[in-house]
Amino acid sequence: MSDVMAGTPEGARGGSLLEGSARTKRRRAREWRMKAYGIGAIVLSLSTLFFMLATILMDGVSAFRQATITFPLTVDAAIVDKTGNRNVEEMAKVTTIGYKRLLSQGFVAHLAAAGIDTAGVPEKDLGDMLSDDGPARLRDMVLADPSLVGQVVEVSVYATGRIDGYLKGRVTRETAERDTNVTPEQLDLADNLVAAGLLTMPFNWGFLTGPDASDLRPEASGLGVAIIGSLYMMVLVAIFTVPVGVATSIYLEEFAPKNRFTDLIEVNISNLAAVPSIVFGILGLAIFINFMGLPQSSSLVGALVISLMTLPTIIIATRSAIRAVPPSIREAALGIGASKMQLVFHHVLPLAMPGIMTGTILGLASALGETAPLLLIGMVAFVTNYPAGPFEGGVMDPATALPVQVYSWASRSDPAFIERSSGAIIVLLVFLVIMNVAAILLRRRFERRW
Amino acid sequence: MTSLKLTLSAVAVLAGSTGVALARDNVQISGSSTVLPYATIVAEAFGENFEFPTPVVEGGGSGAGRKKMCEGVGENTIDIANSSSRISKSDIELCTANGVTDIMEVRFGYDGIVFASKVDGPEFAFTPAHWYNALAAQVMKDGALVANPNKAWNEVDAALPAQDILAFIPGTKHGTREVFDTKVIVAGCEETGAFEAFKAAAGGDEDAAEEQCMTLRTDGVSVDIDGDYTETLARLDANPTSVGVFGLSFYQNNTDKLRVATMSGVVPSVDSIASGDYPVSRPLFFYVKKQHIGVIPGLKEYIEFFVSDDMAGPDGPLAAYGLVSDPELAATQAAVAAEEVMAPLE
Repeated sequence: MSDVMAGTPEGARGGSLLEGSARTKRRRAREWRMKAYGIGAIVLSLSTLFFMLATILMDGVSAFRQATITFPLTVDAAIVDKTGNRNVEEMAKVTTIGYKRLLSQGFVAHLAAAGIDTAGVPEKDLGDMLSDDGPARLRDMVLADPSLVGQVVEVSVYATGRIDGYLKGRVTRETAERDTNVTPEQLDLADNLVAAGLLTMPFNWGFLTGPDASDLRPEASGLGVAIIGSLYMMVLVAIFTVPVGVATSIYLEEFAPKNRFTDLIEVNISNLAAVPSIVFGILGLAIFINFMGLPQSSSLVGALVISLMTLPTIIIATRSAIRAVPPSIREAALGIGASKMQLVFHHVLPLAMPGIMTGTILGLASALGETAPLLLIGMVAFVTNYPAGPFEGGVMDPATALPVQVYSWASRSDPAFIERSSGAIIVLLVFLVIMNVAAILLRRRFERRW
Repeated sequence: MTSLKLTLSAVAVLAGSTGVALARDNVQISGSSTVLPYATIVAEAFGENFEFPTPVVEGGGSGAGRKKMCEGVGENTIDIANSSSRISKSDIELCTANGVTDIMEVRFGYDGIVFASKVDGPEFAFTPAHWYNALAAQVMKDGALVANPNKAWNEVDAALPAQDILAFIPGTKHGTREVFDTKVIVAGCEETGAFEAFKAAAGGDEDAAEEQCMTLRTDGVSVDIDGDYTETLARLDANPTSVGVFGLSFYQNNTDKLRVATMSGVVPSVDSIASGDYPVSRPLFFYVKKQHIGVIPGLKEYIEFFVSDDMAGPDGPLAAYGLVSDPELAATQAAVAAEEVMAPLE
């Protein structure tokens, strides 16, 4: 109690404004607690996000480097072209098994020539340090250019997943003791190869461009088919959903009478946005594959299914963008004699465009991460052939998608795929960030405020 | 608004083109996740060495794959169903009802099932009886059936480590569970004499007794895993004193984390399974829709390539991954070459 207040009759209720009564204190404490809860919630979510990103980055960053062995190789005509006439059709009869032999022999010969100590590693194990993907690529190379036969070519072959894992710290001599796929002596040799500059860890372009690979060669697996599949799907989803979504929204906002029927439609659109995505997968299987006879595992069917799922989101976003155009614009346009049609296409739609684009991009971004509906239409599969170009029916070819690749690698037995799976998540996150940033930029740049 | 017109016409073009079903030029395969790695290895090598495109292989489970195959005949149905257990009568009935009348059964090898614990834990030497006494709902004690009282492995057998029983076994939707039930649990049931007791209680009904044998305890000691082996491994990491059930090939790829247990004194390996010494193994199959041979390019070539010595033989890449090669592979090759349709099930 201060002196000034002492005389007032209601001193008990008031008191100093600076000091505060018990009630004010309680109120302030409540406010303080509320703030603390808020900050706590933010700290909790940020630390979860940080923890998640840190684990993914720690596991996945190594997928972007790949142990590669480079050495000069004589393409022996006695193995790849027995008749010696450079006839591609006859040369195609030599399978990858023959090329594997060629590659191992060349590797062993080069190690001997370069004077690298291979003590304790039998000749067969030397060849086994090279990925099985090497022979296949060499075969394609020779068949594409038969003039290479008899020449010395510089070949770059992936080292197997175990050698790669050793250079990344996943495989140790201790684990190699128990492992039937690698020996400690091979790891010693890997050290020698690194010292001699034959074994390097360059950026792994194959991870971004190459197709998926089987469990025997995790080192060769890549995201190429998945990225193309996701790209096709996103483009098709945009083509399918934007016109339909915008037309629906324009009709509902500008033309439709307000009655029970349009109310019902509105409620249904909101409900559709909340339907679990797997339901759309079942629908897609029944309608697009079984009834319409579209090809399984194709990005077209995937895009159709995901379009159904994304459409409600886009309609809701577009409607709110259209509603945000102020009535004064409409009234002015109508006032100078514009028709409804002119009003919509000359004034409302251009002004709503940034909002529509943002909504669409965000809808596509959530569709990009969708796996569940793709499971049912056969896109969660092992696909190694690239789909054809978009104008050659590529959308009808089998493909996978980025999140699908994450899922299928995570369930494989070789530990090297865990790193690949996290690497794929990083790629997926990069795409999502790009799309979200694009949405923010569009909004910042073109949105008009009234 | 030209962009709008453009997109609208693109939709129209696409809608028009979808009416024509395109001829499929790649083989479509679906089914068991145990067979999946083998099928992808073959598919990959097939795509590399043949003119045909690489077959598309899906997982999803044996039962789901067989159902998909039995959906009907035509380009929008799959050609091959991978399966880690034999096709059932109900599958064949479904197939027949949908016009899939000619099915080829191809057995291409065997798969071992192993029991493994954390690599830094103690060693286990199991027998089927141990597993029965550890996991069954009712066990024999002093000549009578009682509710399972065992809490730790050394209560089951003094020779086993003093460690609480906690087992991660495959869920009932897996083909692996069937093998675990018949080759381990029922075998253990018979070994301990519980089978005879159940049979006597059921009035001599063997099926009912077997059913009783396979009833596992529900107090959280035995945990069904419905996901892949990677999930079992993750659970094992979280519970270092547990024991998990894995496929041999999965174990061979994860020897840095897992310690394998012996079964009846035999260490599981490709050799011990091939010789029949290691008891817990099962055949792996794939089922081919014969009506698609000659329609889908490369189908016949793919199945012939799959069972060839280069692939499924004892020195082939499948054996390197953990497949136990079928000693009767030559007969399978002949049957595939002759496109023999499977005989009706008994």
